[in-house]
Amino acid sequence: MAESLSVPPPWYGRTREALRAYRLVAGMWLRASLAYRTSFWITTVGNAVTSLLDFVVIAVMFQHTTTLGGWTLPQVAFLYGTSGLTLGLADLLVGSLDQLGQRVRDGSVDTVLVRPAAALAQLSADRFALRRAGRVVQNLLVLGWSLWELQLDWTGPKLLVMAVLVVCGTVIFGSAFVAGAAFQFFATDAAEVQNSVTYGGATMLQYPPSVFARDLVRGAVYGIPLAFVNWLPALYLLGLPDPIGVPGWFRFASPLAALLCAAAAGLAWRAGIRSYRSTGS
Amino acid sequence: MAQSLAPAHPPDPTPFRTFRTLSGRPGGSLRLYAAVARGSFRRYAGYRAATWAGVFTNTVFGFFIAYTYQALWQIRPHLGGYDLSAALTYVWLGQALLMPIAAMGGGVQDDIEARIINGDIAVDLYRPVDQQLWWLSADLGRAGYHLLSRGIVPLLVGGLFFHLRMPAGSPAAQALTWAGATVSVALAVTVSFLLRYLAALTGFWLMDPRGVRQVTVVLGMFFSGFLLPLSLLPSTLAAVAQQLPWAAMVQIPLDVFLQRRTGAALAQGLLLQLGWAGLLLGAGQLLQRAVVRKVVVQGG
Repeated sequence: MAESLSVPPPWYGRTREALRAYRLVAGMWLRASLAYRTSFWITTVGNAVTSLLDFVVIAVMFQHTTTLGGWTLPQVAFLYGTSGLTLGLADLLVGSLDQLGQRVRDGSVDTVLVRPAAALAQLSADRFALRRAGRVVQNLLVLGWSLWELQLDWTGPKLLVMAVLVVCGTVIFGSAFVAGAAFQFFATDAAEVQNSVTYGGATMLQYPPSVFARDLVRGAVYGIPLAFVNWLPALYLLGLPDPIGVPGWFRFASPLAALLCAAAAGLAWRAGIRSYRSTGS
Repeated sequence: MAQSLAPAHPPDPTPFRTFRTLSGRPGGSLRLYAAVARGSFRRYAGYRAATWAGVFTNTVFGFFIAYTYQALWQIRPHLGGYDLSAALTYVWLGQALLMPIAAMGGGVQDDIEARIINGDIAVDLYRPVDQQLWWLSADLGRAGYHLLSRGIVPLLVGGLFFHLRMPAGSPAAQALTWAGATVSVALAVTVSFLLRYLAALTGFWLMDPRGVRQVTVVLGMFFSGFLLPLSLLPSTLAAVAQQLPWAAMVQIPLDVFLQRRTGAALAQGLLLQLGWAGLLLGAGQLLQRAVVRKVVVQGG
Protein backbone atom coordinates (compact mmCIF):
# COMPACT_ATOMS: atom_id res chain seq x y z
CA MET A 1 0.00 0.00 0.00
CA ALA A 2 2.93 2.30 0.80
CA GLU A 3 3.99 2.09 -2.82
CA SER A 4 1.08 4.19 -3.97
CA LEU A 5 2.08 7.01 -1.64
CA SER A 6 5.66 7.52 -2.77
CA VAL A 7 7.28 6.45 -6.02
CA PRO A 8 10.19 4.11 -5.24
CA PRO A 9 13.38 4.42 -7.29
CA PRO A 10 13.52 2.03 -10.26
CA TRP A 11 16.32 -0.10 -8.79
CA TYR A 12 14.17 -0.80 -5.76
CA GLY A 13 11.49 -2.51 -7.80
CA ARG A 14 14.05 -4.42 -9.84
CA THR A 15 15.87 -5.65 -6.76
CA ARG A 16 12.62 -6.71 -5.15
CA GLU A 17 11.58 -8.58 -8.28
CA ALA A 18 14.98 -10.30 -8.45
CA LEU A 19 14.78 -11.36 -4.82
CA ARG A 20 11.30 -12.70 -5.43
CA ALA A 21 12.55 -14.73 -8.40
CA TYR A 22 15.42 -16.02 -6.26
CA ARG A 23 12.99 -17.04 -3.52
CA LEU A 24 10.69 -18.84 -5.94
CA VAL A 25 13.44 -20.79 -7.72
CA ALA A 26 15.28 -21.61 -4.50
CA GLY A 27 12.04 -22.69 -2.85
CA MET A 28 11.30 -25.06 -5.69
CA TRP A 29 14.72 -26.71 -5.43
CA LEU A 30 14.39 -26.86 -1.67
CA ARG A 31 11.12 -28.79 -1.93
CA ALA A 32 12.66 -31.05 -4.57
CA SER A 33 15.68 -31.88 -2.42
CA LEU A 34 13.55 -32.55 0.65
CA ALA A 35 11.61 -35.16 -1.32
CA TYR A 36 14.61 -37.47 -0.85
CA ARG A 37 14.93 -36.91 2.87
CA THR A 38 17.52 -39.57 3.69
CA SER A 39 19.72 -38.40 0.88
CA PHE A 40 19.32 -34.82 2.06
CA TRP A 41 20.43 -35.58 5.59
CA ILE A 42 23.30 -37.80 4.49
CA THR A 43 24.66 -35.14 2.14
CA THR A 44 24.19 -32.37 4.71
CA VAL A 45 26.10 -34.30 7.36
CA GLY A 46 28.60 -35.29 4.67
CA ASN A 47 29.15 -31.62 3.84
CA ALA A 48 29.76 -30.80 7.48
CA VAL A 49 32.20 -33.69 7.91
CA THR A 50 34.06 -32.81 4.70
CA SER A 51 34.60 -29.27 5.86
CA LEU A 52 35.55 -30.54 9.32
CA LEU A 53 38.55 -32.34 7.75
CA ASP A 54 40.43 -29.05 7.40
CA PHE A 55 40.01 -28.43 11.10
CA VAL A 56 41.20 -31.94 11.91
CA VAL A 57 44.39 -31.07 9.99
CA ILE A 58 44.83 -27.93 12.11
CA ALA A 59 44.14 -29.89 15.30
CA VAL A 60 46.71 -32.55 14.34
CA MET A 61 49.26 -29.82 13.59
CA PHE A 62 48.68 -28.38 17.07
CA GLN A 63 49.38 -31.82 18.55
CA HIS A 64 52.99 -31.10 17.57
CA THR A 65 53.24 -27.40 18.40
CA THR A 66 51.61 -24.83 20.69
CA THR A 67 51.64 -21.97 18.19
CA LEU A 68 51.60 -21.69 14.41
CA GLY A 69 52.93 -18.46 12.95
CA GLY A 70 52.69 -17.10 16.51
CA TRP A 71 48.95 -17.84 16.87
CA THR A 72 47.43 -20.29 19.35
CA LEU A 73 44.91 -23.00 18.49
CA PRO A 74 41.82 -21.00 19.60
CA GLN A 75 43.06 -18.01 17.58
CA VAL A 76 43.59 -20.16 14.48
CA ALA A 77 40.19 -21.74 15.14
CA PHE A 78 38.72 -18.23 15.01
CA LEU A 79 40.25 -17.76 11.55
CA TYR A 80 39.05 -21.22 10.52
CA GLY A 81 35.52 -20.61 11.76
CA THR A 82 35.09 -17.16 10.22
CA SER A 83 36.66 -18.21 6.91
CA GLY A 84 34.46 -21.30 6.61
CA LEU A 85 31.33 -19.54 7.86
CA THR A 86 31.54 -16.73 5.29
CA LEU A 87 32.51 -19.06 2.44
CA GLY A 88 29.71 -21.42 3.49
CA LEU A 89 27.09 -18.66 3.48
CA ALA A 90 28.25 -17.38 0.09
CA ASP A 91 28.26 -20.94 -1.27
CA LEU A 92 24.77 -21.55 0.10
CA LEU A 93 23.40 -18.35 -1.45
CA VAL A 94 25.14 -18.13 -4.83
CA GLY A 95 27.40 -21.23 -5.02
CA SER A 96 25.25 -22.76 -7.76
CA LEU A 97 26.73 -20.19 -10.14
CA ASP A 98 29.80 -22.35 -10.56
CA GLN A 99 27.77 -24.70 -12.80
CA LEU A 100 27.24 -21.86 -15.27
CA GLY A 101 29.82 -23.11 -17.78
CA GLN A 102 27.93 -26.39 -18.01
CA ARG A 103 24.70 -24.48 -18.72
CA VAL A 104 26.40 -22.36 -21.38
CA ARG A 105 27.69 -25.52 -23.04
CA ASP A 106 24.36 -27.33 -23.10
CA GLY A 107 22.45 -24.20 -24.13
CA SER A 108 20.14 -24.05 -21.13
CA VAL A 109 21.12 -20.44 -20.34
CA ASP A 110 18.72 -19.54 -23.18
CA THR A 111 15.82 -20.82 -21.09
CA VAL A 112 16.87 -18.56 -18.25
CA LEU A 113 17.25 -15.49 -20.46
CA VAL A 114 13.78 -15.70 -21.98
CA ARG A 115 12.10 -15.75 -18.58
CA PRO A 116 10.97 -12.34 -17.31
CA ALA A 117 13.24 -12.37 -14.25
CA ALA A 118 16.83 -11.35 -13.49
CA ALA A 119 19.23 -13.94 -14.90
CA LEU A 120 21.65 -13.59 -11.99
CA ALA A 121 18.89 -14.28 -9.47
CA GLN A 122 17.64 -17.31 -11.38
CA LEU A 123 21.10 -18.79 -11.91
CA SER A 124 22.16 -18.18 -8.29
CA ALA A 125 19.08 -19.98 -7.04
CA ASP A 126 19.40 -22.78 -9.60
CA ARG A 127 19.80 -26.14 -7.82
CA PHE A 128 19.68 -24.32 -4.48
CA ALA A 129 21.14 -26.82 -2.04
CA LEU A 130 20.30 -26.46 1.63
CA ARG A 131 22.75 -29.30 2.29
CA ARG A 132 25.49 -26.68 1.97
CA ALA A 133 24.29 -25.37 5.33
CA GLY A 134 26.21 -28.36 6.73
CA ARG A 135 29.44 -26.42 6.27
CA VAL A 136 27.92 -23.32 7.86
CA VAL A 137 26.76 -25.15 10.99
CA GLN A 138 30.05 -27.02 11.38
CA ASN A 139 32.05 -23.80 11.13
CA LEU A 140 29.72 -22.05 13.57
CA LEU A 141 30.43 -24.81 16.10
CA VAL A 142 34.20 -24.36 15.73
CA LEU A 143 33.81 -20.57 15.91
CA GLY A 144 31.72 -20.95 19.06
CA TRP A 145 34.38 -23.13 20.66
CA SER A 146 37.08 -20.66 19.70
CA LEU A 147 35.18 -17.68 21.18
CA TRP A 148 34.53 -19.69 24.35
CA GLU A 149 38.25 -20.45 24.71
CA LEU A 150 39.39 -16.92 23.84
CA GLN A 151 37.11 -15.25 26.42
CA LEU A 152 37.15 -12.00 24.47
CA ASP A 153 36.13 -8.82 26.19
CA TRP A 154 33.04 -8.05 24.11
CA THR A 155 32.48 -4.33 23.74
CA GLY A 156 29.95 -2.62 21.47
CA PRO A 157 32.47 -1.86 18.71
CA LYS A 158 33.77 -5.45 18.80
CA LEU A 159 30.27 -6.89 18.42
CA LEU A 160 29.73 -4.54 15.50
CA VAL A 161 33.02 -5.55 13.82
CA MET A 162 32.10 -9.22 14.31
CA ALA A 163 28.72 -8.74 12.63
CA VAL A 164 30.32 -6.71 9.84
CA LEU A 165 32.92 -9.47 9.38
CA VAL A 166 30.25 -12.10 8.72
CA VAL A 167 28.27 -9.92 6.30
CA CYS A 168 31.23 -8.48 4.40
CA GLY A 169 33.08 -11.80 4.27
CA THR A 170 30.00 -13.38 2.71
CA VAL A 171 29.76 -10.52 0.20
CA ILE A 172 33.45 -10.81 -0.74
CA PHE A 173 33.24 -14.59 -1.28
CA GLY A 174 29.88 -14.18 -3.02
CA SER A 175 31.47 -11.65 -5.39
CA ALA A 176 34.17 -14.20 -6.15
CA PHE A 177 31.47 -16.72 -7.13
CA VAL A 178 29.74 -14.16 -9.36
CA ALA A 179 32.97 -13.00 -10.99
CA GLY A 180 33.99 -16.63 -11.50
CA ALA A 181 30.65 -17.35 -13.16
CA ALA A 182 31.07 -14.30 -15.40
CA PHE A 183 34.45 -15.65 -16.46
CA GLN A 184 32.75 -18.90 -17.48
CA PHE A 185 30.83 -17.01 -20.17
CA PHE A 186 34.21 -16.57 -21.88
CA ALA A 187 35.88 -19.83 -20.86
CA THR A 188 33.13 -22.39 -20.37
CA ASP A 189 35.51 -25.17 -19.30
CA ALA A 190 37.49 -23.13 -16.83
CA ALA A 191 35.11 -23.40 -13.86
CA GLU A 192 37.95 -24.64 -11.69
CA VAL A 193 39.89 -21.35 -11.77
CA GLN A 194 37.46 -19.76 -9.34
CA ASN A 195 38.05 -22.60 -6.87
CA SER A 196 41.49 -21.16 -6.21
CA VAL A 197 39.91 -17.90 -5.01
CA THR A 198 36.89 -19.36 -3.20
CA TYR A 199 37.94 -22.70 -1.71
CA GLY A 200 41.66 -21.94 -2.04
CA GLY A 201 41.21 -18.49 -0.55
CA ALA A 202 39.20 -19.92 2.33
CA THR A 203 41.96 -22.46 2.98
CA MET A 204 44.51 -19.64 3.10
CA LEU A 205 42.38 -17.59 5.48
CA GLN A 206 42.21 -20.52 7.92
CA TYR A 207 45.87 -19.90 8.77
CA PRO A 208 47.53 -16.79 10.24
CA PRO A 209 48.90 -14.32 7.68
CA SER A 210 52.33 -14.62 9.33
CA VAL A 211 52.58 -18.15 7.89
CA PHE A 212 52.59 -16.97 4.29
CA ALA A 213 55.15 -15.19 2.13
CA ARG A 214 54.94 -11.40 2.34
CA ASP A 215 54.09 -10.98 -1.34
CA LEU A 216 51.24 -13.46 -1.10
CA VAL A 217 49.74 -11.58 1.85
CA ARG A 218 50.12 -8.23 0.06
CA GLY A 219 48.30 -9.79 -2.89
CA ALA A 220 45.48 -10.75 -0.53
CA VAL A 221 45.25 -7.13 0.67
CA TYR A 222 45.76 -5.07 -2.47
CA GLY A 223 45.00 -7.60 -5.21
CA ILE A 224 42.07 -9.90 -4.49
CA PRO A 225 41.14 -8.41 -1.10
CA LEU A 226 40.52 -11.67 0.79
CA ALA A 227 42.48 -10.33 3.78
CA PHE A 228 39.46 -8.17 4.57
CA VAL A 229 37.27 -11.25 5.06
CA ASN A 230 38.80 -12.19 8.40
CA TRP A 231 42.54 -11.55 8.72
CA LEU A 232 42.31 -7.79 9.22
CA PRO A 233 39.14 -7.74 11.40
CA ALA A 234 40.66 -10.59 13.46
CA LEU A 235 43.69 -8.45 14.29
CA TYR A 236 41.34 -5.98 15.93
CA LEU A 237 39.00 -8.51 17.54
CA LEU A 238 41.79 -10.66 18.97
CA GLY A 239 43.99 -7.64 19.80
CA LEU A 240 47.00 -8.89 17.87
CA PRO A 241 49.88 -6.87 16.41
CA ASP A 242 49.86 -6.41 12.65
CA PRO A 243 52.28 -8.80 10.89
CA ILE A 244 51.25 -7.51 7.47
CA GLY A 245 52.29 -3.86 7.67
CA VAL A 246 49.18 -2.06 6.45
CA PRO A 247 47.48 1.14 7.68
CA GLY A 248 45.61 0.61 10.96
CA TRP A 249 42.23 1.66 9.57
CA PHE A 250 42.34 -1.31 7.16
CA ARG A 251 41.10 -3.42 10.09
CA PHE A 252 37.77 -1.66 9.80
CA ALA A 253 37.72 -1.30 6.01
CA SER A 254 35.96 -4.59 5.23
CA PRO A 255 32.73 -2.84 4.12
CA LEU A 256 34.73 -0.79 1.62
CA ALA A 257 36.47 -3.91 0.31
CA ALA A 258 33.15 -5.75 0.09
CA LEU A 259 31.61 -2.85 -1.82
CA LEU A 260 34.50 -2.76 -4.28
CA CYS A 261 34.30 -6.54 -4.76
CA ALA A 262 30.56 -6.46 -5.33
CA ALA A 263 30.91 -3.61 -7.84
CA ALA A 264 33.71 -5.39 -9.70
CA ALA A 265 31.71 -8.63 -9.75
CA GLY A 266 28.65 -6.77 -11.01
CA LEU A 267 30.61 -5.22 -13.87
CA ALA A 268 32.16 -8.58 -14.71
CA TRP A 269 28.73 -10.22 -14.73
CA ARG A 270 27.38 -7.51 -17.03
CA ALA A 271 30.29 -7.95 -19.44
CA GLY A 272 29.89 -11.71 -19.30
CA ILE A 273 26.18 -11.89 -19.96
CA ARG A 274 26.40 -9.31 -22.76
CA SER A 275 29.03 -11.38 -24.51
CA TYR A 276 26.90 -14.52 -24.27
CA ARG A 277 26.32 -16.30 -27.55
CA SER A 278 23.92 -19.21 -27.52
CA THR A 279 25.18 -22.58 -28.65
CA GLY A 280 21.87 -22.77 -30.52
CA SER A 281 21.05 -26.26 -29.34
CA MET B 1 18.97 -36.15 -25.45
CA ALA B 2 19.77 -39.65 -24.25
CA GLN B 3 16.87 -41.34 -22.55
CA SER B 4 17.10 -44.69 -20.86
CA LEU B 5 17.26 -47.24 -23.59
CA ALA B 6 15.50 -50.54 -23.66
CA PRO B 7 15.61 -52.44 -26.93
CA ALA B 8 12.20 -53.72 -27.94
CA HIS B 9 13.74 -56.97 -29.08
CA PRO B 10 16.80 -57.94 -27.12
CA PRO B 11 19.33 -59.46 -29.50
CA ASP B 12 20.26 -62.12 -27.00
CA PRO B 13 17.84 -63.96 -24.72
CA THR B 14 20.36 -63.80 -21.86
CA PRO B 15 22.17 -60.61 -22.66
CA PHE B 16 23.79 -60.00 -19.31
CA ARG B 17 25.62 -63.30 -19.48
CA THR B 18 27.87 -62.25 -22.31
CA PHE B 19 30.38 -60.14 -20.45
CA ARG B 20 30.90 -62.81 -17.88
CA THR B 21 31.72 -65.46 -20.43
CA LEU B 22 34.20 -63.25 -22.23
CA SER B 23 35.86 -61.88 -19.16
CA GLY B 24 37.81 -65.11 -18.75
CA ARG B 25 39.97 -64.29 -21.75
CA PRO B 26 41.89 -61.16 -20.83
CA GLY B 27 44.64 -61.79 -23.41
CA GLY B 28 42.28 -61.60 -26.34
CA SER B 29 40.71 -58.37 -25.17
CA LEU B 30 43.91 -56.64 -24.10
CA ARG B 31 43.89 -54.59 -27.29
CA LEU B 32 40.32 -53.55 -26.62
CA TYR B 33 41.16 -52.33 -23.12
CA ALA B 34 44.20 -50.49 -24.45
CA ALA B 35 41.94 -48.77 -26.97
CA VAL B 36 39.50 -47.80 -24.21
CA ALA B 37 42.36 -46.32 -22.17
CA ARG B 38 43.67 -44.41 -25.18
CA GLY B 39 40.21 -43.07 -25.97
CA SER B 40 39.74 -41.91 -22.40
CA PHE B 41 43.15 -40.20 -22.42
CA ARG B 42 42.22 -38.30 -25.57
CA ARG B 43 38.78 -37.43 -24.26
CA TYR B 44 40.25 -35.59 -21.27
CA ALA B 45 43.02 -34.09 -23.39
CA GLY B 46 40.31 -32.42 -25.46
CA TYR B 47 39.39 -29.95 -22.72
CA ARG B 48 42.36 -27.65 -22.82
CA ALA B 49 40.87 -24.73 -20.89
CA ALA B 50 39.76 -27.12 -18.16
CA THR B 51 43.27 -28.51 -17.95
CA TRP B 52 44.86 -25.08 -17.56
CA ALA B 53 42.23 -24.05 -15.04
CA GLY B 54 43.01 -27.19 -13.06
CA VAL B 55 46.77 -26.73 -13.27
CA PHE B 56 46.33 -23.18 -11.98
CA THR B 57 44.14 -24.30 -9.08
CA ASN B 58 46.42 -27.19 -8.09
CA THR B 59 49.35 -24.76 -8.09
CA VAL B 60 47.56 -22.17 -5.95
CA PHE B 61 46.53 -24.82 -3.41
CA GLY B 62 50.08 -26.17 -3.48
CA PHE B 63 51.42 -22.76 -2.44
CA PHE B 64 48.91 -22.30 0.38
CA ILE B 65 49.48 -25.75 1.85
CA ALA B 66 53.25 -25.61 1.36
CA TYR B 67 53.44 -22.43 3.49
CA THR B 68 51.44 -24.02 6.30
CA TYR B 69 53.73 -27.07 6.28
CA GLN B 70 56.73 -24.76 6.21
CA ALA B 71 55.46 -22.95 9.31
CA LEU B 72 55.02 -26.27 11.15
CA TRP B 73 58.31 -27.82 10.07
CA GLN B 74 60.27 -24.69 10.94
CA ILE B 75 59.07 -25.15 14.52
CA ARG B 76 59.45 -28.94 14.47
CA PRO B 77 62.19 -29.98 12.01
CA HIS B 78 62.12 -33.74 11.27
CA LEU B 79 58.50 -34.02 12.41
CA GLY B 80 57.06 -37.41 11.47
CA GLY B 81 60.41 -38.43 10.00
CA TYR B 82 60.37 -35.78 7.24
CA ASP B 83 62.78 -32.86 7.06
CA LEU B 84 61.50 -29.51 5.75
CA SER B 85 62.48 -30.22 2.18
CA ALA B 86 60.86 -33.69 2.25
CA ALA B 87 57.69 -32.23 3.81
CA LEU B 88 57.43 -29.58 1.08
CA THR B 89 58.03 -32.22 -1.58
CA TYR B 90 55.25 -34.23 0.08
CA VAL B 91 52.85 -31.29 -0.42
CA TRP B 92 53.66 -30.78 -4.08
CA LEU B 93 53.69 -34.50 -4.90
CA GLY B 94 50.33 -34.77 -3.14
CA GLN B 95 48.94 -32.00 -5.34
CA ALA B 96 50.40 -33.79 -8.38
CA LEU B 97 48.61 -37.01 -7.40
CA LEU B 98 45.30 -35.36 -6.44
CA MET B 99 43.74 -35.62 -9.89
CA PRO B 100 45.33 -38.88 -11.08
CA ILE B 101 44.00 -40.72 -8.03
CA ALA B 102 40.79 -38.60 -8.05
CA ALA B 103 41.08 -38.08 -4.29
CA MET B 104 37.85 -36.06 -4.33
CA GLY B 105 36.01 -38.76 -6.25
CA GLY B 106 35.19 -38.46 -9.91
CA GLY B 107 36.82 -39.72 -13.07
CA VAL B 108 34.85 -42.66 -14.41
CA GLN B 109 32.88 -42.61 -11.15
CA ASP B 110 30.99 -39.60 -12.54
CA ASP B 111 30.24 -41.48 -15.75
CA ILE B 112 29.06 -44.66 -14.03
CA GLU B 113 26.87 -42.79 -11.55
CA ALA B 114 25.26 -40.72 -14.30
CA ARG B 115 24.69 -43.80 -16.45
CA ILE B 116 23.08 -45.69 -13.58
CA ILE B 117 20.69 -42.81 -12.96
CA ASN B 118 19.77 -42.15 -16.61
CA GLY B 119 19.64 -45.83 -17.52
CA ASP B 120 22.43 -45.85 -20.11
CA ILE B 121 24.18 -48.44 -17.95
CA ALA B 122 21.89 -51.01 -19.59
CA VAL B 123 23.77 -50.43 -22.85
CA ASP B 124 27.08 -50.96 -21.06
CA LEU B 125 25.88 -54.24 -19.59
CA TYR B 126 25.13 -55.51 -23.10
CA ARG B 127 28.73 -55.04 -24.17
CA PRO B 128 30.70 -58.29 -24.34
CA VAL B 129 33.38 -57.02 -21.99
CA ASP B 130 34.09 -57.13 -18.30
CA GLN B 131 32.59 -53.95 -16.85
CA GLN B 132 35.19 -53.54 -14.15
CA LEU B 133 38.15 -53.91 -16.52
CA TRP B 134 36.46 -51.64 -19.09
CA TRP B 135 36.05 -48.83 -16.57
CA LEU B 136 39.48 -49.52 -15.07
CA SER B 137 41.04 -49.04 -18.51
CA ALA B 138 39.10 -45.83 -19.00
CA ASP B 139 40.20 -44.54 -15.61
CA LEU B 140 43.84 -45.46 -16.20
CA GLY B 141 43.73 -43.50 -19.45
CA ARG B 142 42.25 -40.51 -17.64
CA ALA B 143 44.78 -40.78 -14.83
CA GLY B 144 47.62 -40.93 -17.35
CA TYR B 145 46.50 -37.67 -18.86
CA HIS B 146 46.00 -36.00 -15.50
CA LEU B 147 49.43 -37.16 -14.34
CA LEU B 148 51.13 -35.64 -17.37
CA SER B 149 49.15 -32.39 -17.33
CA ARG B 150 47.96 -31.61 -13.83
CA GLY B 151 50.68 -33.62 -12.12
CA ILE B 152 53.86 -32.36 -13.68
CA VAL B 153 53.25 -28.62 -14.17
CA PRO B 154 52.38 -27.76 -10.53
CA LEU B 155 55.34 -29.86 -9.42
CA LEU B 156 57.68 -27.83 -11.67
CA VAL B 157 56.25 -24.52 -10.40
CA GLY B 158 56.60 -25.76 -6.81
CA GLY B 159 60.18 -26.70 -7.56
CA LEU B 160 60.92 -23.14 -8.68
CA PHE B 161 59.77 -21.58 -5.40
CA PHE B 162 60.63 -24.25 -2.82
CA HIS B 163 63.58 -26.55 -2.31
CA LEU B 164 62.17 -29.97 -3.20
CA ARG B 165 63.81 -33.31 -2.65
CA MET B 166 64.58 -35.51 -5.65
CA PRO B 167 65.64 -39.17 -5.34
CA ALA B 168 69.28 -39.29 -4.22
CA GLY B 169 72.02 -41.91 -3.92
CA SER B 170 73.86 -44.09 -6.42
CA PRO B 171 72.51 -44.18 -10.01
CA ALA B 172 71.18 -47.69 -9.35
CA ALA B 173 69.39 -46.56 -6.19
CA GLN B 174 67.91 -43.59 -8.04
CA ALA B 175 66.74 -45.77 -10.91
CA LEU B 176 65.18 -48.21 -8.45
CA THR B 177 63.38 -45.34 -6.70
CA TRP B 178 61.99 -43.94 -9.95
CA ALA B 179 60.91 -47.41 -11.10
CA GLY B 180 59.37 -48.19 -7.71
CA ALA B 181 57.55 -44.85 -7.63
CA THR B 182 56.16 -45.38 -11.14
CA VAL B 183 54.81 -48.83 -10.26
CA SER B 184 53.49 -47.50 -6.97
CA VAL B 185 51.62 -44.62 -8.63
CA ALA B 186 50.06 -47.03 -11.14
CA LEU B 187 48.92 -49.22 -8.24
CA ALA B 188 47.67 -46.13 -6.39
CA VAL B 189 45.42 -45.21 -9.32
CA THR B 190 44.23 -48.82 -9.57
CA VAL B 191 43.32 -49.07 -5.87
CA SER B 192 41.63 -45.66 -6.04
CA PHE B 193 39.59 -46.76 -9.06
CA LEU B 194 38.56 -50.02 -7.43
CA LEU B 195 37.30 -48.16 -4.37
CA ARG B 196 35.40 -45.62 -6.51
CA TYR B 197 33.96 -48.46 -8.58
CA LEU B 198 32.54 -50.12 -5.48
CA ALA B 199 31.10 -46.78 -4.35
CA ALA B 200 29.55 -46.12 -7.76
CA LEU B 201 27.93 -49.57 -7.89
CA THR B 202 26.04 -48.84 -4.68
CA GLY B 203 24.03 -46.49 -6.89
CA PHE B 204 22.16 -49.57 -8.17
CA TRP B 205 20.65 -49.97 -4.71
CA LEU B 206 20.58 -46.41 -3.40
CA MET B 207 19.72 -44.53 -6.63
CA ASP B 208 21.48 -41.48 -5.15
CA PRO B 209 25.15 -42.39 -4.65
CA ARG B 210 26.18 -38.95 -3.34
CA GLY B 211 26.06 -39.93 0.33
CA VAL B 212 28.26 -42.97 -0.11
CA ARG B 213 30.59 -40.94 -2.26
CA GLN B 214 30.96 -38.26 0.37
CA VAL B 215 31.79 -40.82 3.03
CA THR B 216 34.40 -42.48 0.81
CA VAL B 217 35.93 -39.12 -0.14
CA VAL B 218 36.27 -38.08 3.50
CA LEU B 219 37.86 -41.40 4.44
CA GLY B 220 40.10 -41.25 1.37
CA MET B 221 41.25 -37.64 1.87
CA PHE B 222 42.18 -38.31 5.47
CA PHE B 223 43.50 -41.88 5.53
CA SER B 224 45.40 -41.62 2.26
CA GLY B 225 47.77 -39.14 3.87
CA PHE B 226 46.80 -36.50 1.35
CA LEU B 227 46.04 -33.86 3.97
CA LEU B 228 48.88 -34.72 6.34
CA PRO B 229 51.47 -37.52 6.40
CA LEU B 230 49.99 -40.41 8.37
CA SER B 231 53.01 -40.47 10.71
CA LEU B 232 51.72 -37.20 12.25
CA LEU B 233 48.63 -38.94 13.61
CA PRO B 234 48.57 -40.44 17.13
CA SER B 235 50.77 -43.54 16.96
CA THR B 236 48.10 -46.28 17.18
CA LEU B 237 45.91 -44.62 14.58
CA ALA B 238 48.95 -44.01 12.36
CA ALA B 239 49.96 -47.69 12.54
CA VAL B 240 46.46 -48.83 11.57
CA ALA B 241 46.08 -46.20 8.85
CA GLN B 242 49.36 -47.31 7.22
CA GLN B 243 47.77 -50.71 6.52
CA LEU B 244 44.41 -49.52 5.16
CA PRO B 245 43.68 -49.41 1.41
CA TRP B 246 43.72 -45.60 1.35
CA ALA B 247 47.41 -45.56 2.33
CA ALA B 248 48.01 -47.22 -1.04
CA MET B 249 46.68 -44.08 -2.76
CA VAL B 250 49.06 -41.37 -1.52
CA GLN B 251 51.20 -42.29 1.49
CA ILE B 252 52.98 -45.30 -0.02
CA PRO B 253 53.83 -43.82 -3.45
CA LEU B 254 55.10 -40.61 -1.84
CA ASP B 255 57.22 -42.49 0.69
CA VAL B 256 58.68 -44.53 -2.16
CA PHE B 257 59.60 -41.35 -4.03
CA LEU B 258 61.01 -39.69 -0.90
CA GLN B 259 63.08 -42.86 -0.28
CA ARG B 260 61.54 -43.48 3.09
CA ARG B 261 60.71 -46.89 1.72
CA THR B 262 63.76 -48.64 0.29
CA GLY B 263 64.77 -52.29 0.10
CA ALA B 264 62.43 -54.52 2.08
CA ALA B 265 60.13 -51.65 3.01
CA LEU B 266 59.76 -50.76 -0.67
CA ALA B 267 58.81 -54.33 -1.54
CA GLN B 268 56.45 -54.48 1.42
CA GLY B 269 54.76 -51.24 0.37
CA LEU B 270 54.24 -52.43 -3.18
CA LEU B 271 52.93 -55.77 -1.93
CA LEU B 272 50.44 -54.03 0.33
CA GLN B 273 49.19 -52.02 -2.65
CA LEU B 274 49.03 -55.16 -4.77
CA GLY B 275 47.19 -57.05 -2.03
CA TRP B 276 44.53 -54.36 -1.68
CA ALA B 277 44.21 -54.14 -5.45
CA GLY B 278 43.57 -57.90 -5.64
CA LEU B 279 41.11 -57.88 -2.77
CA LEU B 280 39.14 -54.90 -4.13
CA LEU B 281 39.18 -56.37 -7.63
CA GLY B 282 37.54 -59.50 -6.26
CA ALA B 283 35.00 -57.50 -4.27
CA GLY B 284 34.14 -55.49 -7.38
CA GLN B 285 33.63 -58.68 -9.40
CA LEU B 286 31.27 -60.07 -6.76
CA LEU B 287 29.32 -56.83 -6.54
CA GLN B 288 28.95 -56.46 -10.29
CA ARG B 289 27.60 -60.01 -10.47
CA ALA B 290 24.98 -59.04 -7.90
CA VAL B 291 24.22 -55.95 -10.00
CA VAL B 292 23.43 -58.01 -13.08
CA ARG B 293 20.86 -59.98 -11.10
CA LYS B 294 19.45 -56.81 -9.56
CA VAL B 295 19.17 -54.45 -12.52
CA VAL B 296 15.77 -53.75 -13.98
CA VAL B 297 15.78 -51.75 -17.20
CA GLN B 298 12.85 -49.42 -17.41
CA GLY B 299 11.52 -48.64 -20.84
CA GLY B 300 11.44 -45.12 -22.11
